[in-house]
Amino acid sequence: MDALHIAINGVAHDLKGVDARTTLLDLLRDRLHLTGSKKGCDHGQCGACTVLVNGRRINACLSLALTHEGDAIITIEGLAQGDTLHPLQAAFIEHDGFQCGYCTPGQICSAIGMLDEVRRGQPSHVSGDGEHVELDDAEIREGMSGNLCRCGAYVNIVAAIRDVARQAPES
Amino acid sequence: MNPFAYERASDAVRAIAAVAADPDAMFLGGGTNLVDHMRLGVAKPGRLIDVTRLPFDQVEGTPDGGVRIGANVRNSDLAAHPLIRARYPVLSQALLSGASGQLRNMATTAGNLLQRTRCVYFQNVDTPCNKRRPGSGCSAIGGYTRYHAILGASEHCIAVHPSDMAVAMVALDATVEVLGPSGERRMPLVDFHRLPGDAPERDTVLQHGELITAVMLPALPLAAHSLYRKVRDRRSFAFALVSVAAALQIRDGTIQDVRIACGGVAHKPWRATRAEETLRGNPATPEQFGRAADAELAAAQPQPGNAFKVKMLRNTLVAALQELAGVAG
Repeated sequence: MDALHIAINGVAHDLKGVDARTTLLDLLRDRLHLTGSKKGCDHGQCGACTVLVNGRRINACLSLALTHEGDAIITIEGLAQGDTLHPLQAAFIEHDGFQCGYCTPGQICSAIGMLDEVRRGQPSHVSGDGEHVELDDAEIREGMSGNLCRCGAYVNIVAAIRDVARQAPES
Repeated sequence: MNPFAYERASDAVRAIAAVAADPDAMFLGGGTNLVDHMRLGVAKPGRLIDVTRLPFDQVEGTPDGGVRIGANVRNSDLAAHPLIRARYPVLSQALLSGASGQLRNMATTAGNLLQRTRCVYFQNVDTPCNKRRPGSGCSAIGGYTRYHAILGASEHCIAVHPSDMAVAMVALDATVEVLGPSGERRMPLVDFHRLPGDAPERDTVLQHGELITAVMLPALPLAAHSLYRKVRDRRSFAFALVSVAAALQIRDGTIQDVRIACGGVAHKPWRATRAEETLRGNPATPEQFGRAADAELAAAQPQPGNAFKVKMLRNTLVAALQELAGVAG
């Protein structure tokens, strides 16, 4: 079994000859040349490889490509509409939410997934058992704890995410 | 990573037969631990049977007031499930205290139970380790032991089980449902994980080819008043130094019933039966909570590098019970 049908950023791919050892991250970067998703630790600890699979954020480095038969993947390359940036991309620029930029694609994909989790009412270690999750800075930091930034741009990353969350309040 | 064959299972019985017949085959769940181990060389399966598409993905209330959790339910979905949050808040809290948002979206219930220790010597293939290579010795003993056991360890292994979820489930009297080549069997989760003894390579009593299909939580009214308290080196995305899962029922100042399990301290989620015995029928006071912790910790045998855990677990257990009882220390 080495065939894989997978949609990446809305484009269907019909792949053959996928080595079972290939992770989703390596498939994206090495085979499809979508190098926006980054390989940091390659152990699921840094979050630089974060992508959205069927709308949920995961670590692409710990996920074998062949397990994604039929899945729809969104990477950093799939977020902008032409020249119009995704609100989180624009907010990261506005708030200077990076220095070297290596962790940024993972930060942004993770933030999209995290904001969706909050919209769906998912609780967190910080929010506890309350019905309503308030997206304050502590909640953002907890939700983003799977994404490391070695430059230490956390203050501005939190500001960018907070800004977008307030632009698009819970519906 | 060593080459291996990959198969996507669409039928549990056939998947079990395939693994049972091949000593080099393993089941693949969310992959968050196994894929990492394959990259590190800790695990070298020749064949992976992906069981994540098998239909064990529901959380269902049972007629008697319990909950049945499918083996493939993802950790994030389990933590957010209304039945879990209402009936067993300790389980939701334990799940949310573990890993990161990304990993919780990937990790399955069965995979969480079967994750292996994060002992650095186990994960580093260049160091002796009785769990990874039986008979090679234990590098942790006399080494870096901050994250190692203080209860139930042996001269062969002092590793701890890393799960938060399993600690809450053990406190909740959970049962594991297992399907194997010769049929189904069930066992209390507290008997599922092993102490290391002289065979630390075996984390659980599961036989090769057996597949976890579900975890059953019994009706447990006192669990509606429960919590998980975890102490770690940073506030998020870190394994426990010590943790406590507790449920408490008090009437007129007297403890009617209690459930306690501890994490980060043993080769398995540690059900604190001595502490529970010390509490039942006695007053819900900080002094009694302390006596209960002392009773449990009387058997503690810390390493030079983790003696602090004895007091840390005592304090954490007392604090958890005080919070549940609503009494000040």
